[in-house]
Amino acid sequence: MSSADREPKVAWRHEELLFDRSRAGRLGVQLPPSGVDEKPVSELLPDEVIRGEISDLPELSEVDVIRHFTRISRNNYSIDLGLYPLGSCTMKHNPRINEETARLPGLAQVHPCQPVSTVQGSLALMWALEQALLQLTGMSRISLAPAAGAHGEFAGMLMIRKALDARGESRRYVLIPDSAHGTNPASAHFAGFEVKELLSTDRGTLDVEDLRSAMSDDVAALMLTVPNTLGVFEDRILEIADLVHEKGAFLYCDGANFNAFVGKARPGDMGCDVLHLNLHKTFTTPHGGGGPGAGPVGVAENLVPFLPVPMVEMKAGKFVLDSERPQTIGRIRSFHGQFGVLVRALTYILSMGGAGLARVAEGAVLNANYVRNGLSGEYHLPYATPSLHEVVFSDKRQSAHGVSTLDIAKRLMDYGFHPPTIYFPLIVSGALMIEPTETEGKEELDAFIAAMRAIAREAAEDPALLHGAPWSTPVRRCDEARAARQPDLRWRPEAQDAQDTR
Amino acid sequence: MYPDDLFYTDEHEWVRIDNGGVTLGITKFAQDELGDIVFVELPGVGSVFDAEDEIGSIESVKAVAEVFTPIAGEITEINEALTERPELINQDPHGDGWLVRLKTDGEPDVSDLMGAAEYQEFVSDSDEE
Amino acid sequence: MTTGHRYLPTGDEDRREMLEAIGAESIEALFSSLPAAIRLSAPPDVQGPLSDQELRRYFRRLEAQNRIGGRDLACFLGAGAYRHDTPAAVDHLLQRSEFFTVYTPYQPEFSQGTLQAIYEFQTFISLLTGLDVANASLYDGASAFAEGVLMADRLQRGRHRVVVSRTIHPQYRHTLRTYAQNLELELVEIGWDESGVTDAEALASAVDDDTICVAVQSPNYFGSIEGWSTAVEIARRHGALVVAVVTEALSLALLQSPGASGCDIAVGEAQSFGLPVAFGGPYLGFLASRDAAKRAMPGRLVGRTLDADGKPAFVLTLATREQHIRRERATSNICTNQNLCALAATIYLALHGRVGLRRLAEINLQRATVLRERLTGAGAGLEMRFDAPHFNEFMLRSDRPVERVLADLEQRGVLGGVAPGGDYESLDDCILVAVTECNPPEELTRYVEAVESIARPASVVSVG
Repeated sequence: MSSADREPKVAWRHEELLFDRSRAGRLGVQLPPSGVDEKPVSELLPDEVIRGEISDLPELSEVDVIRHFTRISRNNYSIDLGLYPLGSCTMKHNPRINEETARLPGLAQVHPCQPVSTVQGSLALMWALEQALLQLTGMSRISLAPAAGAHGEFAGMLMIRKALDARGESRRYVLIPDSAHGTNPASAHFAGFEVKELLSTDRGTLDVEDLRSAMSDDVAALMLTVPNTLGVFEDRILEIADLVHEKGAFLYCDGANFNAFVGKARPGDMGCDVLHLNLHKTFTTPHGGGGPGAGPVGVAENLVPFLPVPMVEMKAGKFVLDSERPQTIGRIRSFHGQFGVLVRALTYILSMGGAGLARVAEGAVLNANYVRNGLSGEYHLPYATPSLHEVVFSDKRQSAHGVSTLDIAKRLMDYGFHPPTIYFPLIVSGALMIEPTETEGKEELDAFIAAMRAIAREAAEDPALLHGAPWSTPVRRCDEARAARQPDLRWRPEAQDAQDTR
Repeated sequence: MYPDDLFYTDEHEWVRIDNGGVTLGITKFAQDELGDIVFVELPGVGSVFDAEDEIGSIESVKAVAEVFTPIAGEITEINEALTERPELINQDPHGDGWLVRLKTDGEPDVSDLMGAAEYQEFVSDSDEE
Repeated sequence: MTTGHRYLPTGDEDRREMLEAIGAESIEALFSSLPAAIRLSAPPDVQGPLSDQELRRYFRRLEAQNRIGGRDLACFLGAGAYRHDTPAAVDHLLQRSEFFTVYTPYQPEFSQGTLQAIYEFQTFISLLTGLDVANASLYDGASAFAEGVLMADRLQRGRHRVVVSRTIHPQYRHTLRTYAQNLELELVEIGWDESGVTDAEALASAVDDDTICVAVQSPNYFGSIEGWSTAVEIARRHGALVVAVVTEALSLALLQSPGASGCDIAVGEAQSFGLPVAFGGPYLGFLASRDAAKRAMPGRLVGRTLDADGKPAFVLTLATREQHIRRERATSNICTNQNLCALAATIYLALHGRVGLRRLAEINLQRATVLRERLTGAGAGLEMRFDAPHFNEFMLRSDRPVERVLADLEQRGVLGGVAPGGDYESLDDCILVAVTECNPPEELTRYVEAVESIARPASVVSVG
């Protein structure tokens, strides 16, 4: 690679902050006249509650705002540009019809406090979504309230706690495999439990003997991701569920990886007592740069009384919102749920149908195995166990040349791909977790495989190239230590930072 | 590489005993593992700890490590310089990057701790894993 | 299966090639790790696949079973969700795929657009709340409130009492109780005084040296502007923190900010900034605090730094607080923020700006004032329940049963307000009325005329 190849191929324009773009006198909206006889504000409100001008708010025209956000948007890679193989994130295509249905005024302009007779359509929608998700998961009821997977996990752990209280039991521990996502122990902790880590076998599955010895009357639950974060299905799941239930504990299933087996099997049939789903993963609701998502939480019959409120119910042919649930864990948020996200998820489910969703899982698994096959010549596979919808490699071979997973990820950006998930799960050193999803065609996978192979060659021949990557992105590697040591978390009017001038 | 006048724990802390008391820090191996250190959480002067208690934590960009004291005692001094310059731990982990000083009841018990040569071997073995 | 699907690019030919390359017999063979006992023998019974045309019909049928403010009814509902006009530019920008299809910006080199927008959002929230630092958003106002109290708890280790005003939104208090149910916190609720604001005497006697924080809302659930000074003064006496709650974020454009008044943490709901009311979500929780407390803050934070070439760059920072590193010792279990909603708010605030936001708040205040005057002056048995000043929401007392009044109003095409009686027994004769720029003068008139026609004796049968 010559130095000419290392030079940025596109001149990216640095766009200043909104606040630095501000020019006095500009306005980006036309406000209607009040249409009423106005009184001076000082007559309507006591002086001490009136605020002075917020002089640092910017003044911008619509042109400024459109330009600003259009320019900075161009600094983002997106799924619409190509593969986004983040493991456990399920970055699949975001269907556009979802955006249309969510924006129907008769759905988007409904106020949550309207009389129930005026919102039968919204309630029917939530009911239909719950019924569809019940068909897919085999659970008994699902709450659509949680705003995200972690929120659903939290609700699930609270329900387990409440169920134990109702039995007159107080159990201290929750068991979590060492391969688990960080939200699992965090959610368990916030529900008041102590976490005990379980080991994985050299096949990447849960060590059932370790589970057997850890199970006791003081264990409230086992939290499992199925398949796990290595993309490996717990083939002894029924045995695991029995072990847990024998001791009167609950099996929590983290549904983040549902894309691997949706339509092929159901957590409810595996002995799962409570699960959450991530609608922004399997069900295509947009990630939006970090949300909004939704994390419906589903339960088996034994936990139904403890579901958060409100629940949508059908009474005498009409839908209602029911908050009269005496054993509920309570509200976990305002109003009823991430309704706009729910619309999108239901749209997707109906656009696929039951058989279609089974094909989703098939496509996801086929694609991941194709990538696994394409890369196992160049990259180290820590586990020989078959993968389902995602595959985890490590940087073991490349580190012999002084190249790390981080370097590989950064260099992939120069090839026009978003990197996979890196350094997770923690049980693999230098993990590269790749989840292509089913919405990628063979040619995109082939291009990705070719890029990864090229990078493996570069690692052997020119490690410096990788250490300095990425070369062609809007910004190069960032000084994260500086960001954490000297936090600069907002614009300030008096800031005299050196900045690129336009 | 590892100073002879220090004693080492298997959690990668070191202690230096002098007639004023005990100084505690983390080793070069530990700061290598953590990477660029960005923040240090230290106990207040006057806090009292048992042996093996957690006394604080050290954060890098991607990780956080708890710090344990191998020796029981009361904190008499903390390294204020680390507030502004946590990178001192990376630059001089056995010297300017010290964390706290403690005073002990009687002679500090270092019988369970490793000497420099033993620790050197301990971390070499870790590297090979 | 040979029929194609628009979201499944892989056709039969490619599938065969790929299976051959892998050396697998069939796709089913790839699922051999699933125990036979749990394998479904038939696909789940879920309707579909529907075409775009059928989907449109399906959802329009659902839509038709709803009635909405503006088009079908004059809507004066608030109670924590506020109807505001969203400029057209907001949704156009949100629909750029570079904004809505992207993941969390863990790879900053590919995500400067998302990161810069969050930095700008954090700045807006800081400016509006008058506090030093704000996070990248939380799920909604209710969970933000709970997280704010838990944050205060982390900052005040060794204390156990949390004093909460009952004038805070009931759903927020309920959510706090859910979040706190397994923690060793003593939640103490105090009531309101004659004027409709937090009872200062009750507050003073509830706050002690074991108090972590005092939580108050302004404007409160009744619409009354409480201001922050009383709570701050009382909290300071005992070294307690003040958590300020705001459910109508537009009020921050006109009313004294929590930060300027001495509050330590500000939390609440920013749905008013460009998010449709959408039957309750997705909304936009915010949280801001003083700089010294930032390491105790839950949720994501974006910071500005330099890249390898010395250019300004934005990154996620202070990540060691978060679940993916700290795991069970994290400041919260939260993983997502409400990013796209925060982007909508940022664009909304950028368009309105210093002048527009203030003027919009004034329009809200003026229309609410006029409606309040006309309703209480209509001779229809409606009067202000409290005499505290209000912003764009106020509470009326009715001398007729509230359910009846609201039903009669609905018949006349008016959703007159929210009845607080379900949450506040002593206020079961009241109606909470919200007025925004989405209620044009014609709707104010419609409300008044509806009320007058209800009050006018229609026959000799009954009066008032």
